[in-house]
Amino acid sequence: MDAALLIEKSVFVLILTAITLGMAAYMTYGERKIAAFFQDRIGPDRAGPFGVLQPLADAGKLFFKEELIPKNSERWMFILGPGLAMVTACITSAVIPWGDTLPIGDRLVSLQVADINIGVLYIVGIVSIGVYGIMIGGWASNNKYSLFGAIRASAQMISYELSMGLALIAVIMMSGTLSLKEIVEQQQGLNWNIWYQPLGFIIFFTCALAECNRAPFDMAECETELIGGYNVEYSSMKLGFYLFAEYINMFVSSALMATVYLGGYNFPGLDLIANPTLLAVAQIAVMFAKVIFFIFVFMWIRWTLPRFRYDQLMHLGWKGLIPLAIVNMLLTGAVMLFLA
Amino acid sequence: MNQPSSYIPILIQIAVAVGFVTIALGLSHLLGPKRKTTNKDENFECGIEIQGDARFPVSVKYFLSAILFVLFDVEVIFFYPYAVNFKEMGWEGFLAVSTFIGFFLAGFIYVWKKGALEWEK
Repeated sequence: MDAALLIEKSVFVLILTAITLGMAAYMTYGERKIAAFFQDRIGPDRAGPFGVLQPLADAGKLFFKEELIPKNSERWMFILGPGLAMVTACITSAVIPWGDTLPIGDRLVSLQVADINIGVLYIVGIVSIGVYGIMIGGWASNNKYSLFGAIRASAQMISYELSMGLALIAVIMMSGTLSLKEIVEQQQGLNWNIWYQPLGFIIFFTCALAECNRAPFDMAECETELIGGYNVEYSSMKLGFYLFAEYINMFVSSALMATVYLGGYNFPGLDLIANPTLLAVAQIAVMFAKVIFFIFVFMWIRWTLPRFRYDQLMHLGWKGLIPLAIVNMLLTGAVMLFLA
Repeated sequence: MNQPSSYIPILIQIAVAVGFVTIALGLSHLLGPKRKTTNKDENFECGIEIQGDARFPVSVKYFLSAILFVLFDVEVIFFYPYAVNFKEMGWEGFLAVSTFIGFFLAGFIYVWKKGALEWEK
């Protein structure tokens, strides 16, 4: 790896991280505006025109809040928890292709941080580490509510990880690769995986909701029973990291769904664009349109469906989705072999 | 593509993420006010005096799901190499993996019938 490539990658990583954080910040604004629309309210409208500066004001406020660490908590674990949650959320996007290549000068810049041949496994692995951030924070607070919230969240996340992995296997059987870039390239035009894997997509989408601790599966932060869940004792930027990590996870899982099932940066008619720069911009636009669509669906579901009960949630995960995902996998295999 | 150097960008991204988290936590530590009082440093418990601490045993169900997760997740991981080579292996490979899925399901049904997945009681 030469120095120019190293610099190119570093700049790309910085831009991607900045975009991720910006998206997460504006998703909080989007969520509040959408909630307001669903509930016939106005929502934030004081900071700037239509309240568009609200996320900046919120972030600034979080920096200047008093940092509370309860005296009988495990001090370093207490700090490690939100840090780990945020780091894992920020590094998942490394293997997602945001476009093909963008020509800058005489270089072709790949619009993906790393095209590794185990992309899918990398994402599944990092998502598993994300559980630790919540579990460590909830346990280290030494508060009964955060302990319950953390334990519930971990049990829920690991349970849904199983069906998520099984749903992805059916796609990998079709594509024959674990590289997300190749998976996208196989879905030219409208030849998207969702048409071949509708059941797998529904399973994956449900699991994504549960993995992000989003309604209707937001048992970890069930206010009525647990006050706030695993983050009860947190304040200032550490609380901000937990909330931010949730939005970043939503952003990344939307990007993953768009990549694996909705053809990533592919859209019919894009191959007609001859100018490579314009093509790259169009691909990024298509990708982000799909991601924003999924983010909207996440928010739409949150403000429409009531919350599940914990036993219903575990039943759906273990007794519903796992058998369904296995059936989907076997069906995919059998149908593909019959047609081959 | 399969060289170790293709993982360097991921290390860069991890470094950027860790750097951002450290700086943001450090800044909020420096910028925030520090007015400690005895009551503020107590754990929160709905406004009543705290009763004991949070170091007590929780329901065994959670541990049971964790152990079942480890068991089944290892089996799921075994499907990945097969799925990548699915097309080359044809019917023969499919039948072999179906046997494996049979074992997976046998374990799953056993756990189900034993009541390890029940949460109401």
